[in-house]
Amino acid sequence: MIVFKGVHKWFKTLHVLNDINLHVTPGEVLVVCGPSGSGKSTLIRTINQLEPINEGSLIVDGYDLSDKKTDINKLRAEVGFVFQQFNLYPHLSVISNITLAPTKIRNISKKEAEEQAMVLLTRVGLSEKRDAYPSQLSGGQQQRVAIARALAMKPRIMLFDEPTSALDPEMIGEVLAVMKDLALSGMTMVVVTHEMGFAREVAHRVAFMADGIVLEEAHPEDFFMRPQHERAKQFLRQLLTPMQAECP
Amino acid sequence: MLNYTFDWSIITSGKYFDWLVAGLITTLKLSTISIVMAFLLGLLIAVMRMSNSKPIRWFAHAYLEFFRNTPLLVQIFFWYFGSYKILPTAVNDWLVSTNFEFAAAAIALTIYTSAFIAEDIRSGVLSIPKEQMEAARSAGFSYLRSMQYIILPQAVRITIPPLVNQFLNVAKNSSLAMTIGVMEMTYQARQVESYTFKGFEAFTAATVVYLLLSILITALVNAYNEKVLNIHKAA
Ligand SMILES: Nc1ncnc2c1ncn2[C@@H]1O[C@H](COP(=O)(O)OP(=O)(O)OP(=O)(O)O)[C@@H](O)[C@H]1O
Ligand SMILES: [Mg+2]
Repeated sequence: MIVFKGVHKWFKTLHVLNDINLHVTPGEVLVVCGPSGSGKSTLIRTINQLEPINEGSLIVDGYDLSDKKTDINKLRAEVGFVFQQFNLYPHLSVISNITLAPTKIRNISKKEAEEQAMVLLTRVGLSEKRDAYPSQLSGGQQQRVAIARALAMKPRIMLFDEPTSALDPEMIGEVLAVMKDLALSGMTMVVVTHEMGFAREVAHRVAFMADGIVLEEAHPEDFFMRPQHERAKQFLRQLLTPMQAECP
Repeated sequence: MLNYTFDWSIITSGKYFDWLVAGLITTLKLSTISIVMAFLLGLLIAVMRMSNSKPIRWFAHAYLEFFRNTPLLVQIFFWYFGSYKILPTAVNDWLVSTNFEFAAAAIALTIYTSAFIAEDIRSGVLSIPKEQMEAARSAGFSYLRSMQYIILPQAVRITIPPLVNQFLNVAKNSSLAMTIGVMEMTYQARQVESYTFKGFEAFTAATVVYLLLSILITALVNAYNEKVLNIHKAA
């Protein structure tokens, strides 16, 4: 469903993606992790062409992203993207945030879109916030609305770029629960996250990146128990140390 | 010593009152049309100024520099005395048959003001975080649709204070239209003065009208703004 073949990307002289080869099948959940600056955001952002690739081939849900003739807006309508900073539309109410794209892009009626939006809001546990504005919501609530907004387009793929990194610790759980529920429903997902609990429980595969290279690609159990590369071992040690320090 | 007897009655009733009211109506019409058109044109130029296409960007840039940096009076004269030489005859005939002075003044005011409005809107747009555009684009909106539904509504809200200024300028600048014979407020006050020699009264009336017009514009925009802000505050 998502196939990277020999993908390269440069920011000027900086080689951010170096020969990426990845394959995500329908219904699969891929977790991407790695140290800061390793290219995780860039990688996930190439999947809906927020970042264009410079070399190689990338095919997403049948759309060839290395072909200039591909209608990128059509692909993006099929791919939901959830940002670290939520990026809700601040001038619109929760319900309008969710119905905007379905009514304007899918051309479904306002009434139908609102009904579907309420189903989604109920699913993320926020039906009573339909008329609130983003600034009136907590971070966790905003992120759940952002997920509902993405789902309203009935996407075939969902992308998450560190969806819980901007949240206070007590709100991380509520967002991860929504994502887990989504994964169990069979959604194809690529998730950049450092939430190793989520990765272990939900991911089918983990890709570890460093310096623009996918160093390791493994089943979560193998990755966490038997990391192969020194960089991966080091990364996991650093990730686990503060957590253990916090919870003695 | 003061050798002038005030006579307010001439401007509160009769023929001269009618002239002033006619002037007021023309000023209102000219200002309203120019404000609405200048706002729409300003939006368009602002979007063109930020376009991906170099020629479009360049055109918008040239437009802005040209119309912001030449005097409004010259632009009014240009449209009035100069434009018929470059326009097709059919258009000219139609313009003359309608009200050419008014049309020339409205066009000049619209274009001149749109250049300033475009710059105000552009700085509003630049102040919207780029993540908003990313969120819109990743939902599948084209660049222009993203502008229409997500970026511009936010930018215009931020731009309201400078926009009020531009609207006020239109109302005040519309008085320049008298120079090409548009019978607006200042023109009519001038007429009353030359028929009655009651310049003080006539121009006091004109001053009050411009003042009230400015207050009205400010109040209208503020009311709109308030409404929008209230929606935001509503829980
Ligand atoms: N638009 C850009 N222009 C130039 N360099 C960029 C741009 N975006 C990212 N980079 C650089 O590319 C490298 C990879 O960035 P990226 O954001 O993909 O890393 P990341 O793995 O997501 O890091 P983090 O964990 O901090 O989010 C970094 O060195 C970053 O500074
Ligand atoms: Mg990142």
